[in-house]
Amino acid sequence: MSPVTPGQLRPDLAVIAEHVEPGARVLDIGCGDGELMAALTAKGCDARGLEIDPTNVAACVGRGLSVMQGDADTDLAFYPDRSVDYAVLSQTLQTTRRPDLILENLLRIAPRGFVSFPNFAHWRVRASLMFGGQMPVTKLIPVAWYETPNIHHLTIADFRALLAERGIRAERSWYFTGGQPSRQRFANLTAEHAVFLVTRD
Amino acid sequence: MIFTALTIVDSDAAWSQSRRPMAPTPENTPAGPVLKLAQPLPLDSGRSLAGVEIAYETYGTLNADKSNAIMICHALTGDQHVASPHPITGKPGWWIRMVGPGKPIDTDRFFVICSNVIGSCMGSSGPASMAESGAPYGMSFPVITIRDMVRAQVALVDALGIGRLHAVVGGSMGGMQALSWAANFGDRIDAALIIASTSRHSAQNIAFHEVGRQAIMADPKWNGGDYYGEGGEDPRKGGPESGLAVARMAAHITYLSEQGLTEKFGRRLQDRDAKTFGFDADFQVESYLRYQGLSFTDRFDANSYLYITRAMDYFDLAEEHGGKLADAFRGTKARFCLVSFDTDWLYPTSESRTIAHALNAAGHPVSFMELSAPFGHDSFLLDNDDLDRVVKGFIR
Repeated sequence: MSPVTPGQLRPDLAVIAEHVEPGARVLDIGCGDGELMAALTAKGCDARGLEIDPTNVAACVGRGLSVMQGDADTDLAFYPDRSVDYAVLSQTLQTTRRPDLILENLLRIAPRGFVSFPNFAHWRVRASLMFGGQMPVTKLIPVAWYETPNIHHLTIADFRALLAERGIRAERSWYFTGGQPSRQRFANLTAEHAVFLVTRD
Repeated sequence: MIFTALTIVDSDAAWSQSRRPMAPTPENTPAGPVLKLAQPLPLDSGRSLAGVEIAYETYGTLNADKSNAIMICHALTGDQHVASPHPITGKPGWWIRMVGPGKPIDTDRFFVICSNVIGSCMGSSGPASMAESGAPYGMSFPVITIRDMVRAQVALVDALGIGRLHAVVGGSMGGMQALSWAANFGDRIDAALIIASTSRHSAQNIAFHEVGRQAIMADPKWNGGDYYGEGGEDPRKGGPESGLAVARMAAHITYLSEQGLTEKFGRRLQDRDAKTFGFDADFQVESYLRYQGLSFTDRFDANSYLYITRAMDYFDLAEEHGGKLADAFRGTKARFCLVSFDTDWLYPTSESRTIAHALNAAGHPVSFMELSAPFGHDSFLLDNDDLDRVVKGFIR
């Protein structure tokens, strides 16, 4: 997780909140305790959430948000085609059993989707693996391999390859390092975290 | 023991009361206010019920623009005393931990209404009430449905001068009523909170209820439902108490979880060191169930049990609305929240999830969650911090 300043959105969520226009319908898949949904609701969006952890769902409902407890791998099937304007996967893609199918569902439910994920090809991760010879534990990947929810680690290059294979276009991308925006060049090496706005033409 | 005048049979007072001209103004009885409807209530069966009486309780204060009213719907054997002592047992209200000043449903902020469902025996019209003939209805009382119960509640809300409810809240059968409110009177509610409930009774649900009904009907004292007066003034006495107790025992098992029963009783023996090789209540769980069954007969009328379980068995919200559950909610803009419990095998999580998915697919604002609690179906009545948080946040 990126460092969070109290009262401020996590940087990847801030980017998403900033680029969703007021009044839009948004489905936040893996919405956690509803941080992004609250920000979207505050700017007049109709935000709904899907979250696997009941305590998180209770927290969301406790703050007045509409959230369904469910598993993205199975429950996205219940959402009708094009039922929202944006579907959001923040820090969720790498935790699913079939990220490719999740991505397909994302662009079935919404014409555009935001996807954010930790970049497994960041140089610190590479160095840790290369010199330590063990699965890296970093700020963004803080849990040991045996108990991490991240069962499908991916890199920015992997994600771009999957988009190309599936005929999905990256409309925009944002990168973060140390909680700050970072440059586009060599992002697969230098970015800890990526946010993509994707669509299918 | 205190009864409403209306549940006392064979008394001139009750008889004359049921014969008084009906006016849509509540009157107070020892057990609380009772509304008498001036117009007959149309029923799903095609029949109508004249002289309907609705016993209810309110808590808190209705605000000037009448926008803070919350209707709480009670479960099968519940009553209007959601947050006030039960007039027969003297026990605290059945949801006192949820409803009251500073509680999740805060009576300092909200005007809470809870009425006894029609068909019941706590002051609202039911099989123990006097029919036009001057004798109790017994089995001539019309079969009612969940929607009929809600129609009576709507009449009450009308009489209280309330146009819209801030929320309608219910667990178990109360949840069915909340769903029925949303489906049939959806323009009159802003939110519906449905806990440990279902949109229709499954074969298994119906089966358990049928066991209970047959236990009552197999008791010779049931006498075709015509037993009122056999035990003096109390309609609960002289009737099929043994049958009703067995019905309650069977039903009570469905309200608990296997884990809960094991933790509470295991195979422990009741006040003895060894098995008796007889049929006394050797095991604690037997003793507990017998007590639950017997104490139930002190406060509940067997015919009411037949009528209300029938209403629940007939409940199928999708069927009422052309076969598609999502279509049931077309006429409402209400927010929904559905809560289930992981150990509830009476109305399991899949039932709540089905409703939530139907609402979600139709674009309604809906939350759904399965909370963890060891106590089975009854969990909604017991301590659960997550439930408190959800109720408070959703009602807000």
